[in-house]
Amino acid sequence: MSRPRPDMSAVPSDLSPVATELSKMLAGDWRAMRPVVARDRCVKCAVCWLYCPVQCVVEKAAWFDIDLAACKGCGICAQECPHRAISMVEEAAA
Amino acid sequence: MNNMSRIAVCDGNEAAAIGVKLSRPDVVAVYPITPQSSLVEYLSKFIAEGELDAELMNLEGEHSVLSALQGACLAGARTYTATCGPGLAFMFEPYIRTPGLRLPMVASLVNRDMLSPQCVWGGQQDVMTVRDAGWIHMFCESAQEVLDTVIMAYRIAEHPEVMLPVNINHDGNYLSYGVARVEIPEQPAVDAFLGPKNVNWHTALDPDRPMAVDPLTGGADAEGAAVFAAYRQSQCRGMQAALHVIADVHADWAEAFGRRYAPLVEEYRLDGADIAIVTIGSMSGAAKDAVDAARERGIAAGVIRIKTFRPFPLEAFVHAAAKVRALGVVDRSVSFGWNCGPVCQEVLGALYRTGRTIPVLSFIGGLAGADLTEEHFARVIDGTIRALEAGPSPMTPETVWLNARGEGAGR
Repeated sequence: MSRPRPDMSAVPSDLSPVATELSKMLAGDWRAMRPVVARDRCVKCAVCWLYCPVQCVVEKAAWFDIDLAACKGCGICAQECPHRAISMVEEAAA
Repeated sequence: MNNMSRIAVCDGNEAAAIGVKLSRPDVVAVYPITPQSSLVEYLSKFIAEGELDAELMNLEGEHSVLSALQGACLAGARTYTATCGPGLAFMFEPYIRTPGLRLPMVASLVNRDMLSPQCVWGGQQDVMTVRDAGWIHMFCESAQEVLDTVIMAYRIAEHPEVMLPVNINHDGNYLSYGVARVEIPEQPAVDAFLGPKNVNWHTALDPDRPMAVDPLTGGADAEGAAVFAAYRQSQCRGMQAALHVIADVHADWAEAFGRRYAPLVEEYRLDGADIAIVTIGSMSGAAKDAVDAARERGIAAGVIRIKTFRPFPLEAFVHAAAKVRALGVVDRSVSFGWNCGPVCQEVLGALYRTGRTIPVLSFIGGLAGADLTEEHFARVIDGTIRALEAGPSPMTPETVWLNARGEGAGR
């Protein structure tokens, strides 16, 4: 089978297109709309948690909240919330 | 010769399959297409009967075939596939990505003429359409050369200075189905010739060494575009390095197995020649016969056979062309943009580097499975001699269509 491979420092940097460092930019850096949870309306039904495509809904003691570093602002949670507990607010206004 | 060979009688497709078997690929992915089908059927048989220990992937099309092999190669596998004509067209997206990823794959193109009209017969329009996609292209003349070149191709592709995919071209019908005597090298000798493989030292699917393969590169900012250009320059350097690697590997092959092939450009009876026929692929045998017959009639003709077409062997070609005063270039395909054969157009480009203006005629023949016979090459010799006597013209003379009918059928 294959010989042991050299580490990437032995590979010419212009040989083939690979990236070995992840971009540090998260969705929160470019999100246009931010979900805001009205805690008095939230009943912890977890529908937002189920629907969130990036799984950025986090459980708090008495409500569900959003991890704003990872949220891309798609608004699915606000659309699906049966208690209208989530509203989308423009980032510039937030 | 330091190894015992076995003699077999087989066609070019079986010869290619035997060469593949001896090269011990880990993954073979296939989709059948005429005239390649029997090649992959032989490989299926080798794998089913335990003669070749490889994963065989029967996929739903050529796009999937090459995509699957990209994954296999990135995971460290030696790979093989074969296709032609419309199959190659369907493969194009992963095909053009493979050299940029510097994946040292080996694939046979069993050359087939291209649509339309619908056609399943031999012709080199398929390969000529992708001649600048970044793959190395070698063209074989005989079944034996097919077998030997398949094995050599792995050494060339996997050379650290090259790291590029290689296509071994063999003509549909004439080489795919033409039966000949071949010598089959012994497995231990081939193992020693190829050495250990190492195909993903640069780019790998490896949980211990995570990396993003083929990230977005370029854009309006100068830095990204400069990185892109650096990859392109590196690809060109790899192609140029392939010229000496191909020559070295052919020399090593001759030493190990006793069969010597011109690695880049074959010169046949060029000493004292006035003119030469430029050939590529299986047509070369008939051209050599025609040259032998012409020599007996006192006509000083020779053959320049292009074995390696990509990278274009400029130095080797110029060395050969410098020996003659006119060239007749025979193409088994058409350059629609230049109204001549693509090899002829490349020859014109190469001749500029010699500083000599000599008559060059383009002949197009052997399309759609048509045979190119000794008689056709006698016409090529006569036409080229007449062009030599007429002297260099600032205009390229009219293209001659062999095997055509009616108007434009040639002289």
